[in-house]
Amino acid sequence: MNYNSSPTAPLNFLNHKTGLWSWLSSTDHKRIGLLYLYSITIFFCAAAVLGLLMKIEKFAPGETIMTAQTYNGIFTIHGIIMIFIVVIPGLAAVFGNILLPIMIGAKDVAFPKLNLFSWYVYITGACLGLYSQFAKGHVPDAGWTFYVPYSAEVNSNIVIALTAAFVLGFASILTGLNFIVTIHRMRAPGMTWFRMPLFPWSLYATAWIQILATPIIGITLLMVIAERTLQIGFFDPALGGDPVLYQHLFWIYSHPAVYVMILPAMGVVSEIFPTFSQKPIFGYMPIVFSSLAIALVGYFVWGHHMFTSGMSYQARWFFSLLTFLVAIPSAIKVFNWLSTMYGGSVDLKPPLLYAISFIFLFTIGGFTGLTLGSLATNIQTHNTDFVVAHFHYIVFGGMGFGFFAAIHYWYPKIYGRMYNIRWANIAWAILFTGFNVLYFPMFILGLQGMPRRYFDYDPKFQTGQMISSIGAFILIIGLIGMISNLVYHVRRGAIAPANPWHGVTLEWQIPSPPPHENFDEVPVITRDPYVFDNPYTK
Amino acid sequence: METAFSGASNLAEAVDRAFIFIFSISFIITIAISVLMIYIVIHFSRKKVKNPKQFTGNTKLEIAWTIIPLIIVLMMFYYGKVGFTPMREVPPDAMPITAIGRMWAWSFDYGSGKISKDLVVPLNRNVRMNLLSMDVNHGLFIPAFRVKEDVIPGYKNYLWFRPIVKGEFDVYCTDYCGLAHSGMTAKVIVVDSLDFEKWLVDLKATGNIPDLPGLTVLKGNGCLTCHSLDGSKIIGPSFKGLYGSKRVVITDQGEKTVDAFDDYIKRSILDPNAEVVKGFNKGLMQPYKDVIKGEDLDKIVDYFRKSSEQK
Ligand code: HEC
Ligand code: HEM
Ligand SMILES: [Cu+2]
Ligand SMILES: [Cu+2]
Repeated sequence: MNYNSSPTAPLNFLNHKTGLWSWLSSTDHKRIGLLYLYSITIFFCAAAVLGLLMKIEKFAPGETIMTAQTYNGIFTIHGIIMIFIVVIPGLAAVFGNILLPIMIGAKDVAFPKLNLFSWYVYITGACLGLYSQFAKGHVPDAGWTFYVPYSAEVNSNIVIALTAAFVLGFASILTGLNFIVTIHRMRAPGMTWFRMPLFPWSLYATAWIQILATPIIGITLLMVIAERTLQIGFFDPALGGDPVLYQHLFWIYSHPAVYVMILPAMGVVSEIFPTFSQKPIFGYMPIVFSSLAIALVGYFVWGHHMFTSGMSYQARWFFSLLTFLVAIPSAIKVFNWLSTMYGGSVDLKPPLLYAISFIFLFTIGGFTGLTLGSLATNIQTHNTDFVVAHFHYIVFGGMGFGFFAAIHYWYPKIYGRMYNIRWANIAWAILFTGFNVLYFPMFILGLQGMPRRYFDYDPKFQTGQMISSIGAFILIIGLIGMISNLVYHVRRGAIAPANPWHGVTLEWQIPSPPPHENFDEVPVITRDPYVFDNPYTK
Repeated sequence: METAFSGASNLAEAVDRAFIFIFSISFIITIAISVLMIYIVIHFSRKKVKNPKQFTGNTKLEIAWTIIPLIIVLMMFYYGKVGFTPMREVPPDAMPITAIGRMWAWSFDYGSGKISKDLVVPLNRNVRMNLLSMDVNHGLFIPAFRVKEDVIPGYKNYLWFRPIVKGEFDVYCTDYCGLAHSGMTAKVIVVDSLDFEKWLVDLKATGNIPDLPGLTVLKGNGCLTCHSLDGSKIIGPSFKGLYGSKRVVITDQGEKTVDAFDDYIKRSILDPNAEVVKGFNKGLMQPYKDVIKGEDLDKIVDYFRKSSEQK
C-alpha cells in the first residue's frame, strides 16, 4: 500500500461534469452508486412511513385510521419495497458500487455500461412496484411472499407486483455478475485474494448468491403470472397445481436472499472495527471463510420457513439441524469483531456506534432466529409477531444499522465533507431506543400468540401493541434526525480530509471526494489489508 | 383461566422446556457480549490507549469459539426436536375432528353431519385434527396448546393434542388469507368428558357448514327475500357478481355509473334511495341506517367481496 495520494484535486467525480443528464448517463461506478443511494433512500422513507401508519392503526384494537383492506395493502407494499427495492440491492448496489473498485485498486467495475443499465432495470422495477399501487383495481394484498393459492386467485393487481419483483431480480443478477467479474479480473497488481479487504470479500460471497439464487425466484414469479393469465396449473390446486411447491421454490431463493442482505453489512463492520481501533482485523481468514460458508450452507436451510406446511418429519428435523449449523459462522464473526476491538485504541465515533449496535441487534435477531429454527419452539412462534420482530432485528437492526454505519463511515470520503458528529450521536440514541421499544414488545406479543399480518387483534394484546406503536414514533424521529444531518451537511459540512478516520484500506489513500477515475496511477499492493504499523494515536 | 403464557395441553411442557433452555442461553450470551462491548469501549478508549496492540488472530481461540457454539446449538436442536417429535406421533385412539378453514371462518366437523363453529373438546382425551381447506391456505393455531399446522387445499395435514386444563382458549388463523384474515378466529372449549358427550348429542346434525358471518346478517335481516344469490331477479337485483362490478344508477342529478366497491355497497344499504339501480323502482328497499350497525355492515361487504374472489 505504497500508493501516495496526490494533493486534494479540485476536480472530482462529483463535479467533473454537471447537469442531471451527466448523472443519468454516467457509467462512473461512484455516480451509479449515488443514484442507487438516492433512489433507495426515497423508497426507504416512503416504506418507513407506511410502517408507521400500520403501527398507528394497531395502537388500539379495531379500526383506528384505516380499513382492513388498506392495512392489508400497506403491509404488502411495505414488505415489497423494503425487501426488493431497499435491502436486497441495499449495501451492494450503493456501497459496493462506490467502493468495491476503489478498495481493490481498480478504475471502475468490469462492465460500466451494464452497471448503468442495471440501475435503469432497477428503476423500472421500482416504478412497476409503484404502479401496482396506483393502477386501476385493488392494490395487491398477498404479502411480499405471494403465497399461492391466494395470490393466484385474489382480485387485485398481483400481476403488476409480481412483474416488479421479477424485473428487480434482474437488476440484482446483473450487479452480482458485474462484481464477480470485477473481483476476479480487476484487482490491482499485488492484490492477491487474501490481501483483499473484507468488504469486497463479503460482496464476492453475496454476488454468488445473487446470480445463483435469483433466477429461481424469477421463474417462480413468472409461473404465478402464467397461472393467473393463462390458467396454467403450476401451484393452484383449483387448476391442478401444488401450493407447497410454490413455497419451496420461493424460499429456495428467499432464504439465501437474507444473506444477500446481511453479508455486505458484515463486510462493512469488518472494515469499521479495525479503523476505529487502529488495530488489524482479528481472524481475517476465519471471517473470509465464514462468509463463504454462510453463502454455501445458506442454500440448504430454506425448509425452516415451512416447518408447519406439512413436510415429512425427517425433512423437518433435517432442515432444523442445518439451520443451527449456519448459525456458527455468524457467531465466529461476532467473536472476531469483539477481539478486533480488544486491546485497540477504541474511538467511539458514529460509525463505530452503529457497528456496535449492529452486533447487539444482530445478536438478538440471531438468537431469536435459533428459537425459530428449533422445531418445538418454531411451532409456537411461526407466523406470529415473534417472526416480525425477529426479521426486523436481523434485517433492519443488522442490514439497516450496517447501512447506517457505512454511510457514516464513508460519507466524508464520498462528499469530501463531514456531518455533525454530536447531531449524529443524538440521532443514533433516539433511533436505537425507538428501535427496541418498537420491536422488542413484538417478541412477547408473538409468544402470547399474536399472529402476524393482523389488521385487528384481541384486546388482551393491547398493552404490548401500544408500547410498540410508541416505539415507532420514536424510531421515525431518530430516522429524521439522522437523515437530515446527512443531507444538510452534503453542501454545508466542514471540509473533510482525505483520511479523517485514519483508515488503511485503499479508499483512504486517495482524495476526498475521489477523482473521476479513482487513481492517477494504478496502485501496487505489497502487504496485507489491515496493517497499522504507525497508528496515528502514537 | 388462561394466563398470558400458560400451556394447556400435554405438548406444552416439552415446548416450554425448549423455550426456557434457548432463552436462558440466549439471554446470558447477549448480556455477556453487551457487557464485554461496553467494557472494551471504556477500558480501551482512545483517551487511555495510545499504543494499540497489533495482534491479528489466535487459532486456539478460533477453535474454541467454533466448538463451543456448535455444542450449544446442537443442544438447542436436541431440545427442539424432543419437544416436537411427540407432535407427529398421533396416538391411535385419538378422536378425529376435521377443522375446516375457509375465508374467513373456522368450522369443526365431528362426523355424521355434526358441525360446530367452536372447537369443543373433552378434557384429557386425545384429539386428532384433520385439516381441510376449502379455498386458500390457512393456519390452525391454538397458542395455549402450542400447536399449529397449515391448512392447505389438497393437503391432508393434521395435528393432535390432549387438553389438560378446562377452559376457553383462542384459535387463530396464521396464514394470510385475505380481507378478514384477522377476524378468522374461534374458541376451543375444554369440558369434562360427560359434558362433552352431552354437548355432542345435542349438536344438530345439519350437515351444513355454518354460514359465513356476512351471510348470516343477510339472512337475519331478510335481505334475501328481495335479493338472490344465484343471479335471478326477485324484487331487487341479485347479489351475484355485485362486488367490483359497474352499476348504472339513477340519482337526483340524473344517471351515472359507479363501481360497486365498499363505499357504494354501504351507501346502497344505508340509504338505498339516493342511488337507485337502473331498472328497479325507488322506495322498495327501506333505508337500513338505524338497523344495520357498523360491524354487521362490514361483514356484509366482506361477504360480497369474498364471493367475488371465488372463481
Ligand atoms: C323489499 C325488498 C328489499 C329488501 C328487503 C332489501 N332490498 Fe336491497 N334493494 C331492493 C331494490 C328494489 C333495490 C334496487 C333499487 C335501489 O337501488 O334502491 C335494492 C338495492 C340494493 C343494493 C344495490 C344493489 C346493486 O345491484 O347495485 C344493495 C347492496 C342492497 N340492496 C342491499 C340490501 C341489503 C344488505 C338488504 C338487507 C339488509 C336489503 N338490500 C334488503 C330491495 C330490497
Ligand atoms: C421504519 C420503521 C418500520 C416500521 C414501523 C415497520 C413496521 C412493520 C409492520 C407493522 C409490519 C407488519 C406486521 C404485520 O402486520 O404482520 C411490518 C412488516 C414487514 N416489514 Fe417493517 N417496519 C419498519 C421498517 C422495516 C425495514 C427497514 C424493513 C426491511 C429491511 C422492513 C421489512 C418488513 C417486511 C419484509 C415485512 C413483512 C411484510 C409481510 O408480512 O408481507 N420493515 N413492518
Ligand atoms: Cu430463512
Ligand atoms: Cu387467515
